[in-house]
Amino acid sequence: MAGRARYTDDFAVPGAWYGKTVRSTIPRGTIRSITLDPAAFDWSRVVVVTADDIPGENVVQLIRDDQPALAHREIRHREEPILLLAAADRATLDQAACHVQIVYDPAEPVLDLERATETYSTIEIRKGKVLDEVEDLKNLEVVERTFRVGLQEQLYIEPQGAIAIPEANGAIRIIGSLQCPYYVHRALKRALKLTDEQAIVVQAETGGGFGGKEEYPSIVAIHAALLARKAGRPVRLIYDRHEDLAASTKRHPGVITHRTAVRPDGSLVAQDIEIELDGGAYCTLTPVVLSRAAIHAAGPYSSPNVRIRARAVATNTPPNGAFRGFGAPQSLFAAELMVEHVAERLGMSSVDLRRKWMLRVGDTTATGQKLTESVGSELVLDAALKAASTVQPSTRPTVRRGRGLSLVFHGSGFTGSGEKKLQGTIALEALVDGTFRILTASTEIGQGTKTIFCQLAADALGVGLDKVILAPQDTSLVPDSGPTVASRTAMIVGRLVQDAASEIKDRLRREPPPLRVEKTYIQPDSIHWDETTYRGDAYPVYAWACTIADVDVDTTTGEVRVTDLVTAVDCGKALHPVMAEGQIEGGSLQAVGWATIEEIKMKEGGYQNDRLATYLIPTALDAPRIRTILVENPYSRGPFGAKGIGELPMDGPAPAIIAAIHDATGVWLDEIPATPEKVLAALNGTRDTGDGKRS
Amino acid sequence: MTVRFTLNGVPVSIESSGSRRLLDVLREDLGKTGTKEGCGEGECGACSVLIDGDVVDSCLVAVGQVEGRNVLTVEGLAAPNGELSRLQQAFIEYGAAQCGICTPGMLLAAHVLLQRTTRPSVDSVREGLAGNLCRCTGYTKIIEAVLSCVT
Repeated sequence: MAGRARYTDDFAVPGAWYGKTVRSTIPRGTIRSITLDPAAFDWSRVVVVTADDIPGENVVQLIRDDQPALAHREIRHREEPILLLAAADRATLDQAACHVQIVYDPAEPVLDLERATETYSTIEIRKGKVLDEVEDLKNLEVVERTFRVGLQEQLYIEPQGAIAIPEANGAIRIIGSLQCPYYVHRALKRALKLTDEQAIVVQAETGGGFGGKEEYPSIVAIHAALLARKAGRPVRLIYDRHEDLAASTKRHPGVITHRTAVRPDGSLVAQDIEIELDGGAYCTLTPVVLSRAAIHAAGPYSSPNVRIRARAVATNTPPNGAFRGFGAPQSLFAAELMVEHVAERLGMSSVDLRRKWMLRVGDTTATGQKLTESVGSELVLDAALKAASTVQPSTRPTVRRGRGLSLVFHGSGFTGSGEKKLQGTIALEALVDGTFRILTASTEIGQGTKTIFCQLAADALGVGLDKVILAPQDTSLVPDSGPTVASRTAMIVGRLVQDAASEIKDRLRREPPPLRVEKTYIQPDSIHWDETTYRGDAYPVYAWACTIADVDVDTTTGEVRVTDLVTAVDCGKALHPVMAEGQIEGGSLQAVGWATIEEIKMKEGGYQNDRLATYLIPTALDAPRIRTILVENPYSRGPFGAKGIGELPMDGPAPAIIAAIHDATGVWLDEIPATPEKVLAALNGTRDTGDGKRS
Repeated sequence: MTVRFTLNGVPVSIESSGSRRLLDVLREDLGKTGTKEGCGEGECGACSVLIDGDVVDSCLVAVGQVEGRNVLTVEGLAAPNGELSRLQQAFIEYGAAQCGICTPGMLLAAHVLLQRTTRPSVDSVREGLAGNLCRCTGYTKIIEAVLSCVT
């Protein structure tokens, strides 16, 4: 608040050099030669690192070992890192970069998902019968529709960056902008051939993440560490915005097709869904993104017969990765618009149809998970409808106003057995001075981890908030409580903090401080998940949201303006209502951007608009009024009943906005973002075919 | 060259090429790292400072241009004894800062807005902050915090 918080680039490190990444300029091919011409530049002024300088394995540790830290021979995407440079000053660095000559043998790239031949993963979820095999099919209405969603950049305001500092005994300390210290720790150990103790990862204040700082910082940290190791001095590797936009991961684009069979009274009989996501050139977290997309694909509805087939493919575009919502926004966009199309076919209200279809306590999801508690579907629908005022027509002659609604759910925590495998651990210490210290690797990235953890511990200990501090997110100090992702931090790790605090309070009655208590997550026996069949309890619990969006559509320019957004969220229990609202409002606006203005145009395998002047996100002027209604519907295993809600707000706005555009203009868009070009084309298209009546 | 200007009320004199970005001089030479770099091309407002009371992107200003002028950074918003301004307190109270990276620029833009407009409407606050991007809050809590400072 006073400018004192230190982000990565704010650390003054004496003697540090500046680092830079030299990247491929082609989407696919092989490196024929790398030349550092001694006549053109005095190379003794810089440190140069290539794949040959990697002491460990040339791999970015994640799910598959397909991504090299530096390209050795093969190039699979534009902006792929090939060579690293460090110099004492930026001018020398830039000059050196200009004189690196790389000659390629280009190959024909695969740039479209439809033309992809390599698959990262496939998933099939089955419940009951396949649509075509249900009885009495000829008496059912079958509605089919295909939807497309585009790339999106996380656009944290602080770009990626890390500082690597060589220390005694071959250790390397990383100070970085990151969400998951232990991801970086594992990646460093492997590429740099370091022991647990030699790899030290410290999270600096982090200026936003949204998934963009889940896996990508491992690459930045490895690069900085390689340079620092070779230079024998600290190296700062801070991306500028252009490099960050051009090279870092994006939200997976995809194509989703639904076939839905219903009885004439609207009863849902069967859903048949196909999902294709573009993973880009390396696997990153794609199989896990696909998993969440598939599990959410049927929407928050109860259907006796469901088949979901999902596939993630490889292309020669830069790798896509984690982004708030993690596949669910893509599949829920399609699921929610499908409700609208079925309602239109049947001549029913889509709200009534949702009431008929929605999951309630006792119902089973597509994976066969029986929902036993904290199912807020109806609560959030009622709360949002109650809060929304009536729509007034626009006074501007070319502007049409409309309203749309969506109902979504989002699994809190890791999918399936994720938490069981991870065994997230925290520690709590009671110190002799009467204070308490929480040790976790869960990071503060603006979502309130620090406040929530301290508050949970203070409440359970019965002490003031000023008596509790959070240890720095430094892998040499804190145990691995797992990554700060998947809406799991408050619900899973927060509960461990709460349990540790209760235990330490109890022990303090008998023993004097200092005391230390460690808590490891134990998956309840009642949760069953079969990874091979995709049957069972996909998530411990779900959070629910209903969003109502009002839009103005200018029929002459095609511009869509979201004017008002009401969102009712079942968060279990709001641990800190202001922060919970802040998460929901911020996530909602990110979804408004994805649905309306955030478009990435591709050119020769790269992003054409890779600058902030051309990749636009909503400003304070573009942002609608956002009203949040917190609905409390406690979950028995969450701290005080809380459920994870960090990602949920990304799910609902996009389909609500597309439904609102239809309400305003009578045309359906099947693709986002709803740019002026797409809106105008749709408006013209329906005028040509003569069915552009306002519904 | 020697560049002399007033920074947060204190005269400073630095030796620098006049063409260096004010942002870099503030951060690297003067230790004022509260001013952030978000894009380096004047789009995001994270590097906003006030020059003679106007909000300016310090990534687009050469340090030579501030010779003899008054520069205010986020470090100069609190009272000399460290007490936060009413606006800074409101940002905390209303949850207007999440990750905090846009906060310094946002505070300065809001500070100017409140100085220049006696009773700003919601729309004029939105307009006044439109040069400063925030990706965390959806702006709602920032606007509430600014409006709470209107007397």
